[in-house]
Amino acid sequence: MSGRPRPRVDPEDPRPAPRVNLQRIALVGQPNAGKSTLFNAIVGYRAVASNFPGTTVEALRGRAIVAGRPVEVVDLPGAYSLLAGDPAEEVTRRFLLSGEVDTVVQVADASLLGRSLELTLELAEIGIPMVLCLNMVDEAEHKGIATDKGKLSALLGVPVVATVASRGQGLTELLAALPAARPARRPPYSADVERALSMISGALGGNPDRLLRSPIHRAAHLLGGEGEEITLDPRIAAAVDEARSELSQGRGEDPGVILSDERHAQAARLFEGVATVAHARVGWREKLDDLLMHRLLGYPLLGLVLFALFWITFQVGRGLEGLLLPHLEGLSELAGQALGEGAWARVLVGALDGLWAGMGIVLPYLVPFYIVLALIEDVGYLPRVGFLLDGVMHRIGLHGKSVIPLLLGYGCSVPAVLATRMLDDDRDRLVTAALAVMVPCAARAIVVFGLVGKFVGPGPALGLFVLNAIVVGAAGAVLGRFLPGLGGGLILEIPPYRAPGVRTTLAKVWLRLREFVRVVWPLLVMSSAVLAVIEAFGWAGALDRGLRFITWPLGLPAEAGFPLVFGIFRKELTLVMLTQALRTENLAQVLSPGQIVVFTVFVLFYVPCLATVGALGREMGWNRTGVVLLGTTGVGLLLGVLARVVLIR
Amino acid sequence: MSLTSSLTLDSLSPGQEGRLVAVRGRPGAALRLRRLGLRPGAVVRVVASGGWGGPLLVEVGGCRVALGRGLTRRILVQPLA
Repeated sequence: MSGRPRPRVDPEDPRPAPRVNLQRIALVGQPNAGKSTLFNAIVGYRAVASNFPGTTVEALRGRAIVAGRPVEVVDLPGAYSLLAGDPAEEVTRRFLLSGEVDTVVQVADASLLGRSLELTLELAEIGIPMVLCLNMVDEAEHKGIATDKGKLSALLGVPVVATVASRGQGLTELLAALPAARPARRPPYSADVERALSMISGALGGNPDRLLRSPIHRAAHLLGGEGEEITLDPRIAAAVDEARSELSQGRGEDPGVILSDERHAQAARLFEGVATVAHARVGWREKLDDLLMHRLLGYPLLGLVLFALFWITFQVGRGLEGLLLPHLEGLSELAGQALGEGAWARVLVGALDGLWAGMGIVLPYLVPFYIVLALIEDVGYLPRVGFLLDGVMHRIGLHGKSVIPLLLGYGCSVPAVLATRMLDDDRDRLVTAALAVMVPCAARAIVVFGLVGKFVGPGPALGLFVLNAIVVGAAGAVLGRFLPGLGGGLILEIPPYRAPGVRTTLAKVWLRLREFVRVVWPLLVMSSAVLAVIEAFGWAGALDRGLRFITWPLGLPAEAGFPLVFGIFRKELTLVMLTQALRTENLAQVLSPGQIVVFTVFVLFYVPCLATVGALGREMGWNRTGVVLLGTTGVGLLLGVLARVVLIR
Repeated sequence: MSLTSSLTLDSLSPGQEGRLVAVRGRPGAALRLRRLGLRPGAVVRVVASGGWGGPLLVEVGGCRVALGRGLTRRILVQPLA
């Protein structure tokens, strides 16, 4: 914890270099230990925290005042271990080795202490001063596990604090313990492992590579068979090979497995020394799994949950819309009368229409949808769906774990694409990301509710979601053909059910709504103004004619072309712009039910919004992204034309 | 604990317990399983078995893990009572 300025190594951080003395505290822990919940408790609600392992896939930063001094707190992706990790775990490992972190707070699930201590021992090898935070001590108590914090602290040589982050319990004690952070004591491995490690660290000695900041960790990493990220000096590579083969010959095991077993034995000794395990209470949560994960009953219950998500959204949304729209339309008329017929007045009225539309058409559906989705996430249902659908997913060439990114896709495609980082296999990540962008996000759901639900009927609207699920499945089967080779097998931790807190759920909903308020709403206003300008200058006809190649085969009026272009920015715009382009909120007057369905089917599948395209490009490269975009647009056009043939004539 | 008297994990029925003996196949899968506590010597209880050739839900060291059916055929266990 020196006061010297540290070099910045994260090129993606847009902020200016930190001031001298600004401490950086990293939250590290196994998946679903409550790091994001603790992070939110310290810096205010800024991270999405959910009840499934792997919610956080990138480093999130926030600021807080600790002991009167400003600190930066970094929430890192969960890591079972720093060895043999998935891409999200690699983010954590690299961040720890970057030299940016002054203090580590290891957030451990107190009810899984034995396993968590294995990570503590890995952190000891990295050697950053740390505090061990035993989180969810209430759950540990429920499981009958009691830990002697003082003894554990003495054995590890680091402060140990008990917390319940979701209730803010123990937070003051945790912050007070930070200045006392120390590197954890590293117990020695067996003699043969220590010999192998010193062979490697001897060869590494004096190498200036910045990844070599923690020589013991680095040696263990190389001994475990990892470390392709830097090209090794041939002398070092030879030492690594020799150490690995000597160790595995002596034991008849893979060196990575040997290291893991040794750490486990050390952690188990520590655990037995400090913890007492009484009999666990079996409660409603264990019983609930017998029902929700039942081999037969589980499926209709899953259908019921998804149905409830859409049904509640639709009913609540329609109710709110009915309450708000008449007033907003009145306001819109008033504004029109007050401002008159001048060119600028029309642009201003257009912009105001975008404002009303955001409030009256989009928000009524978005709010209930986000609330129900947050509840499903926080209870811990998503990993259960992964379990239920693993068998079905195999038929389309994926594991049940891919269900989590796909379901998150119903919220927003961007986090869904990022969530594919929780998958262990490159090919699975690619296929899952490609499918996740076809899942209708909340914005597209609003188009379905606001068009088909409102003007055709709730049944057809739900039917479109079913159709979408079938198409996503078929696309998965096709992709599976082209990209065969399902990686590994499903390994997915199923966390206990947790009762969602009102405050945390609402905070999460607000975190997601903020995106709408800050980005989408201004975009709605701008687009409406742009549309007004285009119409004022009489350009609309020419532009719509230019888009006939899409609207004609779909059997749509020419005016529907422009909203589809706006939809590339954000999907909500297609709905709002359609009402503006056709100059009526009551679209049933100008479009037949068939045309409304065709328009919606096309919007459901064509190009994902720009933010999603960006996320896809970053995660899987631009060539593959191009292929995905061509594919989804092709599917959209094909299904749109099919729907036209069936429904229009 | 000889390998001959052990069964694969997927042959245990829900409610049954076994002591993990070995994980066959590549060390990669063995390592990923170890991260969740599935290592030789661990006591594993089968909680539920998914339909459609689906996964097994097992409990190990106080946590529940879903394991793909294919993987469970490569995990050898010694059944306990």
